[in-house]
Amino acid sequence: MNMKQTLVVIGNGMVGQNFLAGLVASNAKDRYRIVTFCEEPRAAYDRVHLSEYFSGKTAADLSLVEDGFFAEHGIEIYLGDKAASIDRERKQVTSAKGVIVDYDKLVLATGSYPFVPPVPGHERPQCLVYRTIEDLEAMKTAAAKSKVGVVIGGGLLGLEAAKALKDLGLETHVVEFAPRLMAVQLDDGGGAMLKRKIEALDVKVHLNKNTTLIDDGAECLHKMNFADGETLETDIVLFSAGIRPRDDIARGCGLEVGPRGGIVIDNQCRTSDADIYAIGECALWNGQIFGLVAPGYAMARTVVADLAGEAGSFTGADMSTKLKLMGVDVASIGDAHAKTQGAMVYTYQNGASEIYKRLVVSQDQKRLLGAVLVGEASAYSTLLQYCLNGIELPEHPDSLILPQLAGEPVGLGPDALPASAQICSCYDVSKGQICGAIEAGCTTLGGLKAETKAGTGCGGCSALLKSVLDCELTKLGVEVSTDICEHFPHTRQDLYNLVMVEEIKTFDELLDKHGKGLGCEVCKQAVGSILASHWNDYILKTEHIGLQDTNDIFLANMQKDGTYSVVPRVAGGEITPDMLIAIGQVGKKYQLYTKITGGQRVDLFGARVEQLPAIWQELIDAGFESGHAYGKSLRTVKSCVGSTWCRFGVDDSVGLAIELENRYKGLRAPHKIKFGVSGCTRECAEAQGKDIGVIATENGWNLYVCGNGGMKPRHADLFATNLDKETLIKYIDRVLIFYVRTANRMQRTSVWMENMEGGLDYLKSVVIEDRLGIGAQLEGQMQHVIDTYQCEWKTTLADEQRLKRFRHFVNSDQADDNVVFVEERGQVRPANAQERKHFKLIEEAA
Amino acid sequence: MNTWIEVCDIDDLQADSGVCALLKGKQIAIFYLQRRQEVYAIGNFDPFSEANVLSRGMIGDIGGEPMVASPMYKQHFSLRTGVCFEDAGVSVPAYPVRLENGRVAVMLASPPVQQKSPSLAVCEME
Ligand SMILES: Cc1cc2nc3c(=O)[nH]c(=O)nc-3n(C[C@H](O)[C@H](O)[C@H](O)COP(=O)(O)OP(=O)(O)OC[C@H]3O[C@@H](n4cnc5c(N)ncnc54)[C@H](O)[C@@H]3O)c2cc1C
Ligand code: SF4
Ligand code: SF4
Ligand code: FES
Repeated sequence: MNMKQTLVVIGNGMVGQNFLAGLVASNAKDRYRIVTFCEEPRAAYDRVHLSEYFSGKTAADLSLVEDGFFAEHGIEIYLGDKAASIDRERKQVTSAKGVIVDYDKLVLATGSYPFVPPVPGHERPQCLVYRTIEDLEAMKTAAAKSKVGVVIGGGLLGLEAAKALKDLGLETHVVEFAPRLMAVQLDDGGGAMLKRKIEALDVKVHLNKNTTLIDDGAECLHKMNFADGETLETDIVLFSAGIRPRDDIARGCGLEVGPRGGIVIDNQCRTSDADIYAIGECALWNGQIFGLVAPGYAMARTVVADLAGEAGSFTGADMSTKLKLMGVDVASIGDAHAKTQGAMVYTYQNGASEIYKRLVVSQDQKRLLGAVLVGEASAYSTLLQYCLNGIELPEHPDSLILPQLAGEPVGLGPDALPASAQICSCYDVSKGQICGAIEAGCTTLGGLKAETKAGTGCGGCSALLKSVLDCELTKLGVEVSTDICEHFPHTRQDLYNLVMVEEIKTFDELLDKHGKGLGCEVCKQAVGSILASHWNDYILKTEHIGLQDTNDIFLANMQKDGTYSVVPRVAGGEITPDMLIAIGQVGKKYQLYTKITGGQRVDLFGARVEQLPAIWQELIDAGFESGHAYGKSLRTVKSCVGSTWCRFGVDDSVGLAIELENRYKGLRAPHKIKFGVSGCTRECAEAQGKDIGVIATENGWNLYVCGNGGMKPRHADLFATNLDKETLIKYIDRVLIFYVRTANRMQRTSVWMENMEGGLDYLKSVVIEDRLGIGAQLEGQMQHVIDTYQCEWKTTLADEQRLKRFRHFVNSDQADDNVVFVEERGQVRPANAQERKHFKLIEEAA
Repeated sequence: MNTWIEVCDIDDLQADSGVCALLKGKQIAIFYLQRRQEVYAIGNFDPFSEANVLSRGMIGDIGGEPMVASPMYKQHFSLRTGVCFEDAGVSVPAYPVRLENGRVAVMLASPPVQQKSPSLAVCEME
């Protein structure tokens, strides 16, 4: 019955998984029963973004496998089981745990391993490598008891590892054998500029260093001895001296391997045995190993095509790269070292701003052969397209790397690219495919990514993707408008600046000067929020009242039946028994439905507008104030019980939470803001899911920013570590006001961060390094908000005029007869339509 | 039945916002566009959320047409005709309203001049 052949895939890494996903989407999928061996304890994850594990991403975040993928496609996966040997005669694979599977076709996707030079002492404890999640966990453990870390190898991965050590709070060194950093990708000039920039970040770089021995240190765990007689003490040694293909299983069954390793493959990715393929970093094509994902994915596509009986071949791949190393943009394209016959070189060097650029062009100066960019890499996409598509260079090729001091940018518009130009190399998406998707209605960046997958791999093509989108939309006559609404030809950020610079205090003034019409709920609310953030006036002043939505007008949250819910502030979630009783009494007296919120306070539901002032008065008399649950403003600072009670706590999280909540309460923002404070890394307060998260460590507070629960959860990014309270508060002041000033309308901090050009590093440079020189201004604005805080309930209660509004009818004291409650689980709830009809009948009968 | 019913003082209205009046058992939302010195009256019942809340919505204009946005699910209704912008098949009643001697008055049945407004059918049914 079973006509299916068996296909076995050894290795479920980035490329192995990409192959499986491609296969099940192809017409070959029904032909095979698929079995895969995965040596690691978890299925494939994103190694490219591995370092983000340190900034809060979890193994689940990094996973490349959609939930239920294996089950849905009937793929048998052996997790944590390594394929130990292949019997080519019997066509059998045997695993370390003794599983034996017969195969018809076999795919090797075993990847590579970090090369550890056989220096005596390399097996000492805390001598580590950087490739798997387990490696990172080992690093974390080691770092906790260390002061100094050294990375051996100043290549791409080595520098990334150095950043990780630095972020873990260690004194960090990079030791490189070659005379420059990133020797493979960069020339001397680029390498030197990179070294300067990295040393400015307080990482020491040692070049021309050959490690000969690692033995006991005096101050630290190890002492590294170099060939030139010098030494360096360290607690951690991290080897990042290149990778080697994992070809042992292929050697074991007699497949052809290269002289320096690598499983030899042809253009169809077949090994010397036609039933066995090899793809990814373990494969050797034309004498070359490809240590990047994109070529591995290209190989995976080739094998899928071959199995599906379609044409496809792998004929090498472009090894250009662009990345951000420790906040420094670095890019290398094509023949960076000008090895091509007759190649000519242009160099631009700017010592002051630490920018280095180099172009390698053909003898006739018509074609771009390669490029190196350090410090500023915005030209990467343009240059890459020149190089890959052989587009003729402009008359003065150096105009491509010279700073644009005046006039037109000379970048290659997406219009100049042929439809066949590959925009995304990770997923092999051409400009033609992207234009097709746009024409078919995909008009947002997110939609385009979901539809074509472009930009969802390494992310290197995102900027180009966006410019293709904008260019096509303009051509289709879709205006790319960023205006907030029809009444203002401005973004929220523009409006904020206008309010600030022209000292505008009312909506009418702004509308007269910069807008038209009457306004609408979109611009009114946005401007109302801007005015409140900036001037912090009482929001129910006559001139502001029309700018508030119903929640802000009634200082409570409207529910489905038109009644409101009331939330008093319970800072940090700490509450005395007497205060709890007082809330209970109010709830009972006004027959409100009570529920504990996710923000550690109590919500009282079912209050009619006319009841609100009396309810507030009673709460205020008991010592409460408004909780601002109705505002786009600071909501709560959730905390765990912390060191006061908890066995594990290292600092007083409740105390800090109360202080923070009282400091920032009342701050109006583009959207609501939530905080969390945990007393230790066990993180019981879930601070990393909050806009601002703070976690106590032995050495101070760690600050996380821009996290979010809600519709699209986002883990907060680690922003700074081991802070004292003063610095912590300074940073939070600056982050929050910068958010208030620059975010779009209704944009949570998470989305703000995702859309920020330069991302986390940019925010750090603004807040920590004060790159824009506005640090004091941001703090000053926060101080103003703090100084002008008021409990809006109290202010309203004191104002007869305002209280007039708190009745359902302007001309009658009756209540809204459409509000009807029934009882459920001992409390009230709004009646549903059926129940309401029933009540009407009873009333009429009575 | 086409008589003006006095509701309240102009001072009882909320500038650039709304209030609700009870007239012969009907809930009427009255809005005051201070900028243009205009007053509008429509039904207070939001047909989408089935709650009496339209008077608590934010007002403004869409393409010059004065409107209120429901505070519940944010559909927009014309203040002149009561017709919903998002779904022209849905509307709320619109009532004539006048300002005289500092008093606000509303007429419950719509006068025939407004006949061309598509919401009228619904108005008559009210
Ligand atoms: C920190 C870091 C940063 C990187 N950054 C970039 C970048 O910015 N851009 C880029 O293009 N590339 C980057 N890379 C390289 C990229 O991750 C690799 O090119 C890619 O992972 C290769 O995929 P692969 O499937 O060939 O190998 P892997 O992802 O290593 O997968 C191989 C898998 O096979 C398993 N395996 C091996 N032998 C067996 C066996 N006998 N039985 C069962 N399982 C086995 C291994 O345990 C492993 O899980 C980075 C790598 C690292 C470590
Ligand atoms: S986060 Fe730490 S201190 Fe806070 S409750 Fe949990 S274990 Fe205790
Ligand atoms: S999750 Fe949905 S139902 Fe629950 S409170 Fe939020 S919006 Fe309402
Ligand atoms: S090139 Fe990597 S995501 Fe497009």
